[in-house]
Amino acid sequence: MTEAEIRAAYLEELASIAPDIDTDTVSDDDHIQDDLELDSMDVLNLVTALHKRTGVDIPEKDYPQIATVALAVAYLTDAMK
Amino acid sequence: MPSLGADMEAATLVEWLVQPGDTVARGDVVAVVETQKGAIEIEVFENGTVHELVAQLGTELPVGAPLAVLLAEGEAPPAKAEPSVEPPPAKAAPAAERPPAEPHALEREAVKAPATAPAPPTVAPTSVPQSPNAASPAARVRAHELGLDLSTIRGSGPGGVIVLGDVDGAPSKSPQAAAKPGSPIEEMRKAIAAAMTRSKQTIPHFYLSQTIDVQPASDFLAKLNAGRPPAERILLGALFVRAAALAAAKVKTMNGHFTDGAFHAAKAVNPGVAVALRGGGLVAPALMDAVALDLDQTMAGMRDLVSRARAGRLKGSEMTQGTITISSLGDTSADVMTGVIFPPQVALVGLGSPQVRPWVLNDQVIPRSVVTLSISADHRVSDGRQVARFITEFETLLNEPESL
Repeated sequence: MTEAEIRAAYLEELASIAPDIDTDTVSDDDHIQDDLELDSMDVLNLVTALHKRTGVDIPEKDYPQIATVALAVAYLTDAMK
Repeated sequence: MPSLGADMEAATLVEWLVQPGDTVARGDVVAVVETQKGAIEIEVFENGTVHELVAQLGTELPVGAPLAVLLAEGEAPPAKAEPSVEPPPAKAAPAAERPPAEPHALEREAVKAPATAPAPPTVAPTSVPQSPNAASPAARVRAHELGLDLSTIRGSGPGGVIVLGDVDGAPSKSPQAAAKPGSPIEEMRKAIAAAMTRSKQTIPHFYLSQTIDVQPASDFLAKLNAGRPPAERILLGALFVRAAALAAAKVKTMNGHFTDGAFHAAKAVNPGVAVALRGGGLVAPALMDAVALDLDQTMAGMRDLVSRARAGRLKGSEMTQGTITISSLGDTSADVMTGVIFPPQVALVGLGSPQVRPWVLNDQVIPRSVVTLSISADHRVSDGRQVARFITEFETLLNEPESL
């Protein structure tokens, strides 16, 4: 997956978990909990969806590294190498 | 139309999932109705065959109105003139039509009665106003706040005077203006307001709280989840629900319903899990018979409830058969919550966000992850002693998370 594809996949899964979020307005540094108000169940669902899409088994200690679009793209790109 | 919540008065039928001739069994989902708390799936209470769908799609029906005619096995279809198959009134059922399980319905009617004093004579909106833009002071202030031009508002007060209600009902120019009357958010707030007002007016609440060391639970989960793919991981919230269900099974005065002037302890523990809805409001659908579930099943059940709550597909039984509510503030919120009991239940278990705090363990002060548990309980049913016992049970269970 390219960085652009990872970004698109992340935003798509975010929108499916929180349909009220307009992904066009999500900035690279918006925090999924502090800014987008995802709760722990939403975060787990996002991690589960990203695992399905990318094959990366994001361990709990790495959750902070997928907390924004920018962080997640970097983390997942690296993990998929 | 069943009652799907403490203060539900009516709901709109939006979908039939059965047709005449279909065989149905107790618990089958037969229809979907739109309530103040979103779309709810209606389950049938009896086994039988659908004879006739009485209610029309899109109709708002009061609680107690017939939706369909069901025939028991071997039962002959009723004659056409049978009163029960008459189309129900579209609106506002008399109090007598309410099911008897609603002990407060009559009280509420009584309270409402004086308010329905003789209606003021309706003034035709075309009647000539005393002066152009005559308006009450409150209406003027509100119109100013909303940026509205009084000349665009039609008055309904005496002589065509613009009153506050006219301004509030006027189409607003400002896009940031409050939600339109009848919007889902506004309806949700009304439903919450009705249930919580009734709770505070009828339930003598009292509260006990205790800060609990959840480090053993966190460590247990970290270890467990490290070996699991994301789809099988467990959240701390599931441990809380599991511990609360087991504690409620032991302290029976906190698990059940207060109806018809008396407490009825429930046989099963169906914890209502409070789910915040994105965009505002919350629902607390019940995780049915939670004691019989293991930790993985508890987590799966919670995941399912949360996703269906968000999608607006909860079942009627989940909305009404909760026996105790568990409300957890999640990872990044406040320390303590003092909750309002959801009637007709008699207790609410509140859990604050986990925080790392100095804690004394074996005479040493060390950083530990702690959570404040606070219980709201109904003094008609229990006293501090029982609630303290619940807290002790809960704490003991969380200290031995592998036992959950």
